[in-house]
Amino acid sequence: MTLGPAATASEIAAAVRRRQVTARAVLEACLVTIERRNPTLNAFTAVLAARARARADALDAAIAGGADPGLLVGVPFAVKNLFDVTGLPTLAGSKINRSRAPATRDATLIERLEAAGAILVGALNMGEYAYDFTGENAHDGPSRNPHAPAHMSGGSSGGSGTAVASGMVPLALASDTNGSIRVPSSLCGLFGLKPTYGRLSRGGTFPFVASLDHLGPMARSVADLAAAFDAMAGADPLDPACARRDDGTTAPKLALGISGLRIRIAGDYFRHGGHPEAFAAVDRVADALGVTETVTLPLAAEARAAAYLITMSEGAALHHVRLRDRLDDFDPDVRDRLVAGAMIPASWVAKAQKVRRTFHDQMLAVFEKADVLLAPATPCRAPRIGQKTMLIDGREMPVRPNLGVFTQPISCGGLPVVAVPVWTEGEALPIGVQVIAAPWREDHCMRVAAELQQRGIASAPVAPE
Amino acid sequence: MSGDFDADRLIDAMSELLALPVSPDCRQGIALHLRVARTMADSVLAVELPDEAEPAPVFTP
Repeated sequence: MTLGPAATASEIAAAVRRRQVTARAVLEACLVTIERRNPTLNAFTAVLAARARARADALDAAIAGGADPGLLVGVPFAVKNLFDVTGLPTLAGSKINRSRAPATRDATLIERLEAAGAILVGALNMGEYAYDFTGENAHDGPSRNPHAPAHMSGGSSGGSGTAVASGMVPLALASDTNGSIRVPSSLCGLFGLKPTYGRLSRGGTFPFVASLDHLGPMARSVADLAAAFDAMAGADPLDPACARRDDGTTAPKLALGISGLRIRIAGDYFRHGGHPEAFAAVDRVADALGVTETVTLPLAAEARAAAYLITMSEGAALHHVRLRDRLDDFDPDVRDRLVAGAMIPASWVAKAQKVRRTFHDQMLAVFEKADVLLAPATPCRAPRIGQKTMLIDGREMPVRPNLGVFTQPISCGGLPVVAVPVWTEGEALPIGVQVIAAPWREDHCMRVAAELQQRGIASAPVAPE
Repeated sequence: MSGDFDADRLIDAMSELLALPVSPDCRQGIALHLRVARTMADSVLAVELPDEAEPAPVFTP
């Protein structure tokens, strides 16, 4: 049996478990695809062929011996290079971190995916220190959009988007502080899950904004998101913000469909400030689901502003010594925002944290009358690499901060979201829709996303070569 | 409220206080980001909250 680059993680694992193909054969095909596509698309900053081959052979030996190595057996995956990988310095997209000592242990989520049988194959390009929505990187070059390589992959998890959308791997891990999973998912046409704040451990990853940092998976199917999420969820002493609870698995719930779920369109703030295709995608999803009712998310603009200030301030505090000692080694686009962040008053940030909490509490009231909300993921399809501004509502706006205008309030409230990719006939590039649920209801947003995928309203095809 | 904001004076004062160098090619970008931050702060500061409002980042169903 041969599995091509379009195979999903679930398909690969099923075939390996049934012994229709070996983990080593799957891995070798994956490495060939990386070797062929990465030179032009620039997703990987490290490929771990020797480590991955040793692991694949060990899995094949275990299977031959009658063992069950886990639900993700033989699935190649890669991680944004802010995840610790044994033997590599954790770059976080920077030049400065290249002098860090190599990590002596894998990040928690890598350990958990490998405990379920998956195989780490490499580390992925990203915007410097995750302060980015474009996928551009001054040191490693931009990760390119596989569907239109002159266009952005989206950031800051750009390499993760590029690697999965090009079929180099079926699954990637990424981080999302203000939208960095959902923006590349939208621009590259992928399913991406940003879980509830505190639900997946950040242990063993390079931070950005402790108050807002989330980790999650990106894939080409919702079943793969659920399988990866289930394998990774759970408490972890390495992340003080990780909740000490376990709410069971989500994958078995996908089959429930959308029956009983009250789905609404996010109105007001989420109905302007973008190109028409952003709202058309939401409407297409809503029409397919028979959703007509709109709800207003109170304080959405204020929540975005709060996230903006918290990000500036906490990011600047994290990098203060590096800004002082190695200013010229930063990406200029990142440097100036971080220096500015060091200069804003503490009272603004303290108030922003309270607004964040208030927004969250008001969202809980919204979720008493709705289970799932639909909103645009990005204000536009992928801009061209290097593009600095875009026209929105007749005003010229900077691309870099505004690609996250719709994602930023949602992560500010810590809410779980699946970004689902929507395609329009005749258009080369997709655009995403956020499927948002109440805290700890990842099952709700994944059920809706799975329904949309099953009906063909949302899909994540591998970009043709 | 944001229009009378003099970013250059803030940059000069904070650069010294924080021992953060600000080269001429950085200054314009930093000022731009400070002006955006001021706009964001206007939005945040306008939200009326009781003295008892908490920032606690706990997220539960």
